[in-house]
Amino acid sequence: MSMMRELYTQVIMDHYQRPRNRGELEGADLQEHLLNPLCGDEVTVYAVFDGDRVSDVKFSGHGCSISQASTSMMTERLSGKSRKEAEAEIEGFKAMMIGEKEFPETDDLAALKGVIRYPSRIKCATLAWTAFQKGLLESK
Amino acid sequence: MYDVEEIRKDFPILERRIGEKKLVYLDNAATSQKPRRVIETLTAYYEEHNANIHRAVHRLAEEATKAYEEAREKVAVFLGAPETTGLIFTRGTTESINLVAHAWGRKYLREGDEVVLTETEHHSNLVPWQLAARDTGARLRFIPILEDGTLDMEEAERLIGPRTKMVACIHASNVLGTINLVERLAELAHEAGALMLVDGAQSAPHLPVDVKKLGCDFFACSGHKMLGPTGVGVLWGRPELLEEMDPFLGGGEMIREVHLDHSTWNDLPYKFEAGTMNIAQAVGLGAAVDYLSELGMEDVREHERRLGEYAYRRLSEIGGIVLYGPKEDRTGLVSFSLPDMHPHDLSQLLDEEGVAIRSGHHCCQPLIRRLGVVATARASFYLYNTEEEVNALVEALVRVREFFGAFAR
Repeated sequence: MSMMRELYTQVIMDHYQRPRNRGELEGADLQEHLLNPLCGDEVTVYAVFDGDRVSDVKFSGHGCSISQASTSMMTERLSGKSRKEAEAEIEGFKAMMIGEKEFPETDDLAALKGVIRYPSRIKCATLAWTAFQKGLLESK
Repeated sequence: MYDVEEIRKDFPILERRIGEKKLVYLDNAATSQKPRRVIETLTAYYEEHNANIHRAVHRLAEEATKAYEEAREKVAVFLGAPETTGLIFTRGTTESINLVAHAWGRKYLREGDEVVLTETEHHSNLVPWQLAARDTGARLRFIPILEDGTLDMEEAERLIGPRTKMVACIHASNVLGTINLVERLAELAHEAGALMLVDGAQSAPHLPVDVKKLGCDFFACSGHKMLGPTGVGVLWGRPELLEEMDPFLGGGEMIREVHLDHSTWNDLPYKFEAGTMNIAQAVGLGAAVDYLSELGMEDVREHERRLGEYAYRRLSEIGGIVLYGPKEDRTGLVSFSLPDMHPHDLSQLLDEEGVAIRSGHHCCQPLIRRLGVVATARASFYLYNTEEEVNALVEALVRVREFFGAFAR
């Protein structure tokens, strides 16, 4: 089960079983729902802005460990960021997931590196990020 | 009864290893593996006989035409079709049903008419009817399922009535492993003056099928799920209905006379075979049907019934597992879920153990929603699978669950 351990790392399983920022935000400035038609996974991301900055971010929905862990990490990553910074974070993450950018070594995100080897799971990892990106565009 | 170990030698891919593990292929409801005979038939066709069929006057064209038409005859016999004129080659079940929903539906459905389907339909027997209903103003009605996944036949009797013009039903469910009572539905349809279409994608590969005994008007199935190549499927229809229907696709071969402003149609079945068909694949399907007939579909059914029931029993020993569909009288597939694991994680981890299963909505979103889940895992068996492979599945499941559960502690 060595390959499993590369994909299902302690960090991923920790985010999966103890997700950060899970919940809903009433009257959020940004609210975006996205479905992965391949597997039926769905996510809703919410954000409240203080001026230009993300002051609160949450997510709801259901999915596999990869999608839930990646979403949990995203909420931590985007919290406190400006719209522009959040956009750059998302672009950067998507580039990492297609092998065009290095994963940061010291961040939880590095745990998602193993997903690249499983093309069918990349969508799981990027679902919430895509939702947030869409939400940023629409909440402007 | 055939010897499974002998049969397995006919399927080269079953020798494959996934990493260091032996391949345990349990995704047969998605597509079956191919025996050497089918693969060799394709090669021989291309190496020795390849030509376009029906029109050219040369030796290769004659051989190719003969091989293609012989395949039609073989498939017709295999499905119990009384004639070959109603046996149309298509790209698969999806195209077959679209053909009927288009060429029959657009011509005969009117506002207020009803098409009766079931809650268990694959998207391929739902979406074509949604499109036909949208274009014609007809309405779709749905026969619900009971708790064990079988159709609510009392409700079916109520739903099928004077407004019904078509009843279309999946023969064997690709999620529940149920075998629907399509013979009875055909009776109800005909009593109401309606037609009956049977989606046989999951039945033709696994059960003896005789379209006369089913009493249906249309029967659709896919070659690749029954040992044949991808890209070829079948629609059988009662010739007198096909005769009255408009063409589905226009182009070469389906015509008799073409003028600049109008055309007339070729005889059946060519009227519905526009353009160059998947000739090699149809010939390959002929070889697949030969293989199945030699094994005997009664024996194939018996082997899979035993395997399906064995799998159901073994899987039910796993604590907390939820199994879908009836305990008995099922086809050789079992859908299940584990409360603490997403089906995607489950199938990913099983893949590391060499076990190939499917996870997701299995192209049955309404049914999956009806079951109250987002997705299920599904192990589907075929004539070459063994009890040892069921055991391998169960043991792998126990291992991956331990692996997954270890993080929670």
